[in-house]
Amino acid sequence: MTAIPKSSGKKLGLVIDLDICVGCHACTTSCKEWNTGGYSAPLTDTDPYGENPTGVWFNRVHTFEVTAPDGSSQTINFPKSCLHCDDAPCVTVCPTGASFKRAEDGIVLVNQDTCIGCKLCSWACPYGAREYDSTDGVMKKCTLCVDKIYNEDLPEHSRVPACVSACPTGARSFGDLGDRDSAVSKLVESRGGFDLMPEQQCSPVNKYLPLRKKVVPANAATTALRPKVSGVADALLKWIDKSLC
Amino acid sequence: MNPAFSVIFFTTASGAGYGLLGLLGAGSFFSFLPADRTLMIAASVTALLLITGGLLSSTFHLGHPERAWRAVSQWRTSWLSREGVSSLVTYIPATLFTYTWVFCDIDNSMIRLSGLATVVLAVITVFTTAMIYASLRSIHAWNNKWVPLNYLLLALATGLILLNAFLAWFAADTVGLTIVAIAVLGGSLVSKLLYWRFIDSSSSSSSNASAIGTRPGSTVKLTQSPHSQANYLQQEMVFVIARKHARKLRRIATLMTFVIPSVLLAATLFSNSKLNVACATLAVPVATIGILIERWLFFAEARHTVALYYGAQSA
Repeated sequence: MTAIPKSSGKKLGLVIDLDICVGCHACTTSCKEWNTGGYSAPLTDTDPYGENPTGVWFNRVHTFEVTAPDGSSQTINFPKSCLHCDDAPCVTVCPTGASFKRAEDGIVLVNQDTCIGCKLCSWACPYGAREYDSTDGVMKKCTLCVDKIYNEDLPEHSRVPACVSACPTGARSFGDLGDRDSAVSKLVESRGGFDLMPEQQCSPVNKYLPLRKKVVPANAATTALRPKVSGVADALLKWIDKSLC
Repeated sequence: MNPAFSVIFFTTASGAGYGLLGLLGAGSFFSFLPADRTLMIAASVTALLLITGGLLSSTFHLGHPERAWRAVSQWRTSWLSREGVSSLVTYIPATLFTYTWVFCDIDNSMIRLSGLATVVLAVITVFTTAMIYASLRSIHAWNNKWVPLNYLLLALATGLILLNAFLAWFAADTVGLTIVAIAVLGGSLVSKLLYWRFIDSSSSSSSNASAIGTRPGSTVKLTQSPHSQANYLQQEMVFVIARKHARKLRRIATLMTFVIPSVLLAATLFSNSKLNVACATLAVPVATIGILIERWLFFAEARHTVALYYGAQSA
């Protein structure tokens, strides 16, 4: 059914720290590697080694330069994947029931065997989280590695989405955002985690953590690059510097 | 949004088909159309062909057309599913309507009843088609009240142009319907102009600041795209049309969909029967080209919020 089910209270999702992300794309490539053999396999690439390589990816890293009103600018590396929204419009617009949200953990999935490939769900998603596979004729999207996080054949520390396993900087955290006492919920609480495009009324489960405020030492100007020597030593060094030129 | 021809053809052809079919149904129920069996059969078969051609065309853009039957199952939440259901249900009274015109007495009450059911369902179907677009919050140009109003008025207007041609071909009296058609064309032009004014003077409440969560007032520049080549999202939803082309195309669409057909229909009021037929006939291809451009613009001018992640300043 494409109606949003009554939540069990469990809302699995990701917390992405924009302050830590360095934009290395390790999360996107490991996502591609795991999922091309996973639930929505394969993640087709067309012309992979040619002039115009395109393909299905569940996770993409954009890099932005943000200039604040005071003129200061910062770089934001911005990983974007499905936010597994509580009020997911991609689910309710689906005419076949192929797009669905799981009651037990809130993961949004597409049934590859019943999707008719009408693409309406990708139009309905304001975030661009869904990518159509023109080779398979069906819609594909982040599964939150549903085939990894519950996999008892894997050691317990590996039972997290591939992007979380891969991130070398620890910018990605995975957990139950429906549980107020979970580590991820506390992280969101302490760092002022926010929703993307809240005005779209999708109630995304995934949260983003903002850049920390730039800390500029109060005495920054006075400590900047002063000669460490003075007097005779200074004159000597100047003389050596001159003679060497 | 990428203007896919299959969807443009579907919405315009089935719109005109439902418009014509609804008018035939209403005309039979309220007896404002001549009880001419050949005319009614020819017109209703044409309407059914337009509708069926449009619906088939809409399945061409599916990845799995053989699974299309599944699309009638989710009518509780999905406007696309509701459209599928109502378009299929409309075939029941529409087929009965055509059947009774072919095989039964002209004063058969089944004609009137099936005609009434047909017009009600035709209106519902066109409304559900419009709501597929109007329900998408992610696309500001579609998520507004003008969209269903435009779809309904344009279906009625194109249906009236077709009906006028049929009446002229069968030498029936067209004066009353011609005046109605000109009035509806005027009304739909006003509604389209108001729609264009709306999309020109407003934009999505989402901005690139809300998309990536920066403070309001910040400027955001995409310095590195996530991929070297355009991906599905950009091909499907970041279609960009040059503003000056849009202006020119809007003028062409205005002339060909509304103005020229109105003038041609008005000319039939003052001309002899031969010129009358020629004018009423010519209005059909002119309006067809006009409405195809109008619908192309409906897609091409619509901007999706995902563009905010690819350097767009507003959506």
